[in-house]
Amino acid sequence: MNCREATALVSQALEWPLATGTQLRLRLHLLTCSGCRNFGRQAPWLRDLLRAHAQGQDERPPRR
Amino acid sequence: MLAPALEWADAAFLGSLRQQMLRFAMQQLSDSVRAEDAVQEAFVGALQNAKAFGGRSAFKTWVFAILKHKIADSLRHRYRDAERHGAEPGADDAQDLSELFQANGHWEGDERPADWGDPQQALQQGQFWQVLEICLDALPGQQGRVFLMREYIELEPQEICTCLDISVSNLNVMLYRARLRLRECLENRWFCGNGVAA
Repeated sequence: MNCREATALVSQALEWPLATGTQLRLRLHLLTCSGCRNFGRQAPWLRDLLRAHAQGQDERPPRR
Repeated sequence: MLAPALEWADAAFLGSLRQQMLRFAMQQLSDSVRAEDAVQEAFVGALQNAKAFGGRSAFKTWVFAILKHKIADSLRHRYRDAERHGAEPGADDAQDLSELFQANGHWEGDERPADWGDPQQALQQGQFWQVLEICLDALPGQQGRVFLMREYIELEPQEICTCLDISVSNLNVMLYRARLRLRECLENRWFCGNGVAA
């Protein structure tokens, strides 16, 4: 598995459950690759971020 | 506008809530008539049940939940119309990933995602939200819409495929690219541009 495949799977896992074998191979790749590990933390964080953005439309200083 | 006899629902509160809803709907629909309609319907629906809410924040959460559904409906109709008129989903976001990855599929040296430390801290800073909006605006048309439908409006992936008439693999690719792109933009403009741990 290379980084391109690993990050595509990280993204996919946010929509659909991955097969067990795929999950294992992905985890193995993430163990050895800090770049993909960072992506693996950032992708779900982006989801939380967008939801916070949708929720907190007025709980921040005014924009622009 | 109906004015329920509730002390927390005064005109100033309702007026400012309506502005927030309009801004939210405009971001999603980019069409002031559709945005007005969605806000109006959500507002009237929520006000009819306003007595059931103990205060502003519960009411606001509720009215935004209704608004999200109205926006989702409006998007569904729009794409059904677009389909009838032969619009081609996915045509506008042919993005080459070769800038990010080498031929063997490993990261290009300077494209490797950095460690963002504790990104939650950014949420406290008003400027960060401006950067986020710049980065969201920079997502190409269909890719940006799909990403927002998924992460902002919280539609289920299958529902997005049905409503845009795209395949699951097409959806996966668009969300993947949007995440790569948004991540990169935030990293360049905030997390690393700002001197946070690289």
